[in-house]
Amino acid sequence: MSNGVASLSSQTVPAVSVANLRKSFGSLEVLKGISLKANEGDVISILGASGSGKSTMLRCINMLEVPDGGDVTIGGETIKLKQSRKGMMPADQRQVDRIRSRVAMVFQSFNLWSHMTILENVIEAPVHVQKRPKAECIAEAEELLAKVGIVDKRNQYPSHLSGGQQQRAAIARALAMRPDVMLFDEPTSALDPELVGEVLRVMRSLAEEGRTMLVVTHEMGFARDVSNRVVFLHKGLVEEEGPPAEVFGAPKSERFKQFISSHR
Amino acid sequence: MDFAFMQEAFLRLISGVPLTLNLAFTSIAFGAIFAMLLALMRMSNLKVFDWPAQAYVFVFRGTPLLVQIFLIYYGLGQFRPTLDALGLWGFFREPYWCAVLALTMNTAAYGSEIIRGGLQSVPHHQVEAARACGMSGFLLFRRITFPIAVRQALPAYGSEVILMVKATSLASVITMMEVTGLAAKMISQTFRAIEVFIVAGAIYLVLNFLITRIIMAIEWWLSPHLRRPPAIEPRLEAAHV
Repeated sequence: MSNGVASLSSQTVPAVSVANLRKSFGSLEVLKGISLKANEGDVISILGASGSGKSTMLRCINMLEVPDGGDVTIGGETIKLKQSRKGMMPADQRQVDRIRSRVAMVFQSFNLWSHMTILENVIEAPVHVQKRPKAECIAEAEELLAKVGIVDKRNQYPSHLSGGQQQRAAIARALAMRPDVMLFDEPTSALDPELVGEVLRVMRSLAEEGRTMLVVTHEMGFARDVSNRVVFLHKGLVEEEGPPAEVFGAPKSERFKQFISSHR
Repeated sequence: MDFAFMQEAFLRLISGVPLTLNLAFTSIAFGAIFAMLLALMRMSNLKVFDWPAQAYVFVFRGTPLLVQIFLIYYGLGQFRPTLDALGLWGFFREPYWCAVLALTMNTAAYGSEIIRGGLQSVPHHQVEAARACGMSGFLLFRRITFPIAVRQALPAYGSEVILMVKATSLASVITMMEVTGLAAKMISQTFRAIEVFIVAGAIYLVLNFLITRIIMAIEWWLSPHLRRPPAIEPRLEAAHV
């Protein structure tokens, strides 16, 4: 897919590398062999119609879905899988947990823990998974909440916040793990239109910091202006891929042309 | 109504309250642990655990507590040589332990269903968020699944506690002198059933009133997320002491 010569010389290990990923749900084949590579600092927008497999692909990266075939490699470490009676499963849960603590995910429906305050949500994984000192985590969490603009909400509960605020809290929670890679699964799809902007602004600022981000999105503006690479999936395969200027300027695939025109 | 007599009855019966509460809370405490175990067996997706737990719940929910108490106290008494050989006779000889055992087994059956309901109502996406952060196994259960499940299960478990307080009255049939036991004894001495039972009923009512208040307080304390947020944010320094 992307330039194989550079990867052979391998001066840098890709932050995320997915090779020939396959996944079926029952008789429905959702991913038919997807390969993708994200280097450090890449912001990759993953586009596609619903059912194209884009969310499934993202969820395979941190093993929320276990692929039926193919490899997922995070920072040079390939996730070990084994065959079980119910299909493939991770061979080493500890490895998966360790990798997950370096790959943060932001969900479409925020998925904040309802019984914890915003601050408690943000420090939960750093304190209990990464075992960092609580005081340090609290200080860092407050900085992150200030950064996403909701530090005044830190002692409130998720149910007290608007969707946009909840999603920004979820981004702060993801950042608190000091992740190497951030996965965004349609982060603005569940938001009221007037709340989309505040979340996109936060994501843009993260991209400008040079964070490695894989973003499944329908926001063409974000894909075009913020990401440095766009991947378009169609029926479980990569249909079009390249820098946004290139793919939006001169799309090669007919499907992608249709997709762009329907999302204007 | 003879109020002087009722006062006398009250003073007599009130001395049974410690035993009533003792029976109730001992069996609720053991029963809750057992219920948790049963709920986890039910949810294990393994037939070897699921089926025995289902059978247990079926039997203990489907038969009267009074019958269970009789079976344990009188029924097991017939197997004294066997129990002696097993070193268990000291336990089953005591009506107190027989009552605690019957109440525990009973509340465990009901409690396990309440806990299972609580665990099953934990929103999947919150568990998924925890997994995505690298949580699994006991850590995930302790920090996310269980706290959310408890909040869901507490109202139902509160009624179970109240049912248990009332169920202790059945222990009077195996000579336990708790509130109902004392009441029955007093009636057999005075033949004044109305006054004594009114007093006994009133004592249970007061006990359960206090217990409902305590459960409500716990519910309130566990559910700030269901209330409106405080209008004024606490001061910055006081935020996380």
